Amino acid sequence: MAFAIRPLSRSTADRVLFLGPAVALLAMFFLVPAIIDVAIAFTDMGRNLRVSEYTTQNVARMLGGDSRLTGIMAVTLTYVLATLAIFNVGYGLLLALLTTALPDRAGAFFRAVWILPRMSPSVVYALLWTWVVAPTEYGLLNQVLAGLGFPAVDPKSNAPMLVIVLANGFIGASFGMIIFTSAIRSIPEHLFHAARVDGAGELAIVRHVTLPAIRWQLSFVTIYQALSLMVSFEYIWLITNGGPFFDTTVYALYVYRRAFENGQYAYGAALALGLVVVGMIMAMVMWRFFDMRALLQRPRIEARR
Amino acid sequence: MARIELKGVAKRWGDVTAVEPTDLAIEDGEFVAILGPSGCGKSTTLFMLAGIYVPSDGQILFDGAEVNDVEARDRNVGIVFQSYALYPHMSVLDNIKFPLRFKKVGADEAERRARSAAQLVQVSELLDRRPTQLSGGQQQRVALARALVKEPKLLLLDEPLSNLDASLRLTMRSEIRGLQRKLGVTTILVTHDQVEATTMADRVICMSKGRIEQVGTAEDLYHRPGSLFVASFIGSPPINLLEGSASGRALRVGQAELALAGECGGAVVLGVRPEQITLGSGPLRGRVVDTEAHGRETFYHLDTPLGPLRALEAGAKARFAMGDALTFGLGHGLLFDPDTTRRIDGCVLESAVQ
Repeated sequence: MAFAIRPLSRSTADRVLFLGPAVALLAMFFLVPAIIDVAIAFTDMGRNLRVSEYTTQNVARMLGGDSRLTGIMAVTLTYVLATLAIFNVGYGLLLALLTTALPDRAGAFFRAVWILPRMSPSVVYALLWTWVVAPTEYGLLNQVLAGLGFPAVDPKSNAPMLVIVLANGFIGASFGMIIFTSAIRSIPEHLFHAARVDGAGELAIVRHVTLPAIRWQLSFVTIYQALSLMVSFEYIWLITNGGPFFDTTVYALYVYRRAFENGQYAYGAALALGLVVVGMIMAMVMWRFFDMRALLQRPRIEARR
Repeated sequence: MARIELKGVAKRWGDVTAVEPTDLAIEDGEFVAILGPSGCGKSTTLFMLAGIYVPSDGQILFDGAEVNDVEARDRNVGIVFQSYALYPHMSVLDNIKFPLRFKKVGADEAERRARSAAQLVQVSELLDRRPTQLSGGQQQRVALARALVKEPKLLLLDEPLSNLDASLRLTMRSEIRGLQRKLGVTTILVTHDQVEATTMADRVICMSKGRIEQVGTAEDLYHRPGSLFVASFIGSPPINLLEGSASGRALRVGQAELALAGECGGAVVLGVRPEQITLGSGPLRGRVVDTEAHGRETFYHLDTPLGPLRALEAGAKARFAMGDALTFGLGHGLLFDPDTTRRIDGCVLESAVQ
């Protein structure tokens, strides 16, 4: 018996072939978890994973009942803004400017040094920091201070925010550095020559030639890194575990602590939902602010309809 | 305005020598062109004058004062790059004003000077545009205005016309020339285009492989080339170069015997410009291999006892067709030493026209 299988039209086949795998992955790892999260957020699921009722009490608690949340927000804001401004954008830019001004080999060496933390496993990296700031006489920092004749310090207890900003910043700077470096490299050399002949000094060249030329990369790194800082917590968790008390518990870590340490899965899911909403609003505000739409060009390849 | 002098100036990048030790003087208000093929060191020389590159050796003098250690921004030099190098995020007006930002010039004064520079190069209607909204010719004018706005001592032009179409190039050629005469600014033009160099500049410096081959007027370079390189680089269609041997007043080239005015001996290279070959009369015989009509003139490829020759004749219509046998004569001919590649003084071809 012969089946008459009607062949898919070519354009349909193309669409399935090109989009299919990506759509499947997106659905499995983004869409389904998101739906599950939303669903759990409106239940009373606890440590026993049982759902006895559907309720909005988690949302109510998040919007008014949780007195800790204001402090958490402030910690998150401090952490994100400080890491972003000082390291991920500021220091990344500085590194890119300096290493592109150096001779090629020296520049590549310094960039490689700054990429190292990114390449080391996060647990190892976090352990190194724990050792650096350890309050005992064996901590690296305290050994150095002792050598210089200073008393020992305990930054993890006394300046925990500084520790997590430094630890995240040292890793985060490399991303901006790489993007800015390649952007600076692609600026036509004649522009620098022209500016020099026109009378511009080094700082004026940075201001009038380099920065305007890498505007889009600056905007992109700012948005992208702000969002990733908001949701990342692994180094904080490994180094300070959010402590002392809740002093370094950023929002994402708070979600984790509520859900997995206290077993309040439903409340954790609601908090996570809140983070998604805040992240989306932030992304849209920054998208507007940096006028990223102007960056998007029409595709160069004409699509067949 | 300034008198520019180079004393033994050289530039090396590691083991590669871009410019051999070079001596050169350019008078105040003079317009010179540095002419040569790509990679001959002409742009490197220009960038050393601008202060973008530091010479490896020698001295650069502006009005007698050494400027080797003077930064580009303090040399008061204006430069127009081949790519124009306009600042893409600034309007035309801001581009022109940019050099004044770093001089002690008030805002009103800067505005006035930028506008008058824009007027000078006729871009006054474009002041609010961005460089990407301009045509190549307009960008070139803006770059010129930016170079001139600070009233530089020295104006450097790096292949300024090579990105323009043919008719615009012609216009800009005479405009730049006129502007330079009007302002009297010492100007150095770098180009690989011989017509550009010879039509615009008072003097042409012909460079090859990092060395100056010859300095002279357009006429010098064309009629009295100092070396085989200059002879073959200048002139289009190019000069005929034929190997031969001389003894006394006789020159043998291929199967032909020619007479010399003056004596020389040994292996020589005979150079004859295509227009120095007179067709239809003369002691030599040849055959037309091909003809090319160029409108105002006709170009012939000849097969002769001397070897293949290029000949040029005025007139749109070809007098001889492919395959025709003809007689021809040689007018002016130059002799070169094949070893040193220099021209042999006091020994030229005796004109063999009739």
